[in-house]
Amino acid sequence: MTDTTATPAHFEAAGHDEAHHDADHKPGFFVRWFMSTNHKDIGTLYLIFAIVAGIIGGAISGMMRMELAEPGIQYLAEWAGEEGNAALHFWNVMITAHGLIMVFFMVMPAMIGGFGNWFVPLMIGAPDMAFPRMNNISFWLLVPAFLLLFGSMFVPGGVADGAGTGWTVYAPLSTSGSVGPSVDMAILSLHLAGASSILGAINFITTIFNMRAPGMTLHKMPLFVWSVLVTAFLLLLALPVLAAAITMLLTDRNFGTTFFDAAGGGDPLLYQHLFWFFGHPEVYIMILPGFGMVSQIVATFSKKPVFGYLGMAYAMVAIGVVGFVVWAHHMFTVGLSLNMKLYFTAATMVIAVPTGIKIFSWIATMWGGSVTFKTPMVWSMGFIFMFTVGGVTGVVLANGGFTNYVHDTYYVVAHFHYVLSLGAVFAIFAGWYYWFGKMFGKMYNEFLGQLHFWLFFIGVNILFFPMHFLGLDGMPRRYPDYVDSQAYWNDIATYGYLIMAVGMLVFFVNTIWSLVAGKKAADNYWGEGATTLEWTLSSPPPYHQFNKLPKVD
Amino acid sequence: MESRDYKAPKFHYAVNCFDRPPGGINGDEMRILTNLMLAAGLAVASLSVTSAASAAAPQPELAPAPQTELAPAPGAEVEAAESTEAAAPAFEHAPAVEGVGMPTGGLGIQEQVSEVGEQARWFHDALLMPIITVISLFVLALLLWVVVRFNRRRNPTPSKTTHNTTLEVIWTLVPVLILVFIAVPSIGLLQAQYDLPEGETVTVKITGNQWNWTYEYPDHGDILLVSNMLEEEGEQAEGARFRTDADGPRLLAVDERMVIPAGVNVRFLVTASDVLHSFAVPAFWTKIDAVPGRLNEGWTRVDQEGVYFGQCSELCGVRHGYMPIAVEVVSPEEFEQWVLANGGTMPGSEEPVDDAPADAETETADDAEEIAAANTAGAAS
Repeated sequence: MTDTTATPAHFEAAGHDEAHHDADHKPGFFVRWFMSTNHKDIGTLYLIFAIVAGIIGGAISGMMRMELAEPGIQYLAEWAGEEGNAALHFWNVMITAHGLIMVFFMVMPAMIGGFGNWFVPLMIGAPDMAFPRMNNISFWLLVPAFLLLFGSMFVPGGVADGAGTGWTVYAPLSTSGSVGPSVDMAILSLHLAGASSILGAINFITTIFNMRAPGMTLHKMPLFVWSVLVTAFLLLLALPVLAAAITMLLTDRNFGTTFFDAAGGGDPLLYQHLFWFFGHPEVYIMILPGFGMVSQIVATFSKKPVFGYLGMAYAMVAIGVVGFVVWAHHMFTVGLSLNMKLYFTAATMVIAVPTGIKIFSWIATMWGGSVTFKTPMVWSMGFIFMFTVGGVTGVVLANGGFTNYVHDTYYVVAHFHYVLSLGAVFAIFAGWYYWFGKMFGKMYNEFLGQLHFWLFFIGVNILFFPMHFLGLDGMPRRYPDYVDSQAYWNDIATYGYLIMAVGMLVFFVNTIWSLVAGKKAADNYWGEGATTLEWTLSSPPPYHQFNKLPKVD
Repeated sequence: MESRDYKAPKFHYAVNCFDRPPGGINGDEMRILTNLMLAAGLAVASLSVTSAASAAAPQPELAPAPQTELAPAPGAEVEAAESTEAAAPAFEHAPAVEGVGMPTGGLGIQEQVSEVGEQARWFHDALLMPIITVISLFVLALLLWVVVRFNRRRNPTPSKTTHNTTLEVIWTLVPVLILVFIAVPSIGLLQAQYDLPEGETVTVKITGNQWNWTYEYPDHGDILLVSNMLEEEGEQAEGARFRTDADGPRLLAVDERMVIPAGVNVRFLVTASDVLHSFAVPAFWTKIDAVPGRLNEGWTRVDQEGVYFGQCSELCGVRHGYMPIAVEVVSPEEFEQWVLANGGTMPGSEEPVDDAPADAETETADDAEEIAAANTAGAAS
């Protein structure tokens, strides 16, 4: 438990003192961590959860890069314990697990559950979330969800154990194409994760609308809070559609319905429309809180207020709204009519406008600033550049006539890893270093933080940039093997993974070292640039903060 | 349904390219034999039509030479059903050419051999790539300038500017203009992809199966090919042939290529029999999802003869990576030879000797011939 290491004295002392009811009173270990109603504790639980899931999801991607380092099949049979098709099935299990884990159990819990829980109440001057006990169930639904997904890898899923459907769970591969309980378990896992997110979204919306400190109007809210607000609305509107779609999958699989089976009047494409109606907002769900964090961090380290605050806030709202009407650009090859392709091409391109506003506003925030390049800032600047690269390939992919060629190739893999693995994940690390001292009361090691950044930055670029070349060269995604002529860039990509992995090692060393031996963090260790309310509190903040509500002018 | 259980005995294109094993379509031997007989009959019957079809094709170098080889005696064909090499017209599969119609390990888009593909490649290489490169470098330059100019040492006092309406309007409008600039050719490209031109059109019905492709030629009689990936030497199934370099690269070579004529519109009708697949040939800029219960349409027109490879592009189960696509583009006269050799008929050919299924073809075939003739007339005028 990270937090106990951070404040051992508090933890031991407050454990059994029932009569002690000041701001720092903490319940006993079990009650504190398993029946938690404290937004900071729940945020910490989410972060620990995301780190564990990230280790597993990251290890799976390492196995995939290992297999892809050379043409031919090297390790799959060994890992699967069986030869032939069972070994190949294990490949599909890995791509499925990697995708679902990273999306639902790493990025979302870290950004929304972790940083959202920790800092939304602090930033708006609220004592806690609106529904503390619902907050607890939001987190604890994720644990069985993850266990179901993890367990699905060890029960029959068709050719061999595990769900090999891809994270999109497209019918009919996920219905008639995968016999056995594995896909059912994966679907139920998504149900639970979705329910968890919906409850969390309700909590955030209620908290932000009702619990702002006196004087904090919506237009004075920090941009991170804005980003979580928009994200919560996206979750609330998108996830029920996913729930419906995967429920229909479940009944198609088990109860003889034919929603996605043409033989019974259904349509496999219906599933894809429903999935991407959720799935496209989902990618903004994963990146918007990152936008918010980067806005805070850039302003802090430039010692300037955010440039074009209103434009920044409403750009996120615009991205959220337009994000709901572009979904079929994930389906450019399914046989859409010309008019549909024209519309979805145009609508998708529109998103580039608010995104451009954000990129330029961040740079304008730095412009004329007195910038210090501490670890959170270099992660944020890395985010801005890498997200730009991922964004412009997004503009390329928006063109239906072009996407025909690269759809389902490594070009798409490169694109979404640039916006997620180099976008969302960079933002998560930026937030982690930015708030580490605030959350745990101890400072991270600046040298290790910088080293982590540079290794990770170089590693992921070597890992993902060549995938653009592979995609343009025609390498399809979700393949365990490739044509011999594509060996060179695949080999390079695997070396990139190794560099990135060394960077992650530095991250873990830094985290453990800092929690144990880090310098004590001051209340506002970033100085004059850090102006939001969490910096008015101690580090870590009192167990119950803002007993007397702060006034914002 | 293990797809590889009907593998042909080991042989090579160059030596014995028509050795279609009787078990070709899951043991449906009778059908194959019928087809062979039909083919032989049609070979004779369609001689007159051949010239009409050839005239319709744009290739001027169409020599009558191959036609003379097209007339084996029907009887001989039937007898030779076990070893057809002598009887079949001289169609030989072309060897795959290294680096053509396949991944090269390069940095960019594969060489395009269709007009639409060329247009799309231009759109990417000449328009999108420069624009996104400039934008990325511009953002990078701004960030580097911040590092150089606005660090704490050189700029100890931060400015307090938080608004600049002109600037904000500019960075909203300029991206809009760039996007409009991109959208115009993008719309043109999309329309071109849906615009099957007038003229002679060969239709191929493509079915994705776990884990092979079947190709049917509804206007060319009863051709049905099942196309499986060729395994490496030593890994092939009992009695099956293994891959040679002439077949194509590892993971791309197949036992039965789709064969289409050069310079003619080819319409792809794509569906699937079990789960989703996607029919993709990068060199044609073609990618059409195969969806059970739907018939998706796409088209291409390739002038350059050769062998072009693609791979299934929608996750379809364990052997998703092992159901490649190989399309051989041949001259129209070679295409005809190939059709006849595979037991098919050319559209518009005379009444076949006896078989019923061919009767059904006659009407549409006649139409096709008329259209072809009309087009030729149009092209000539």
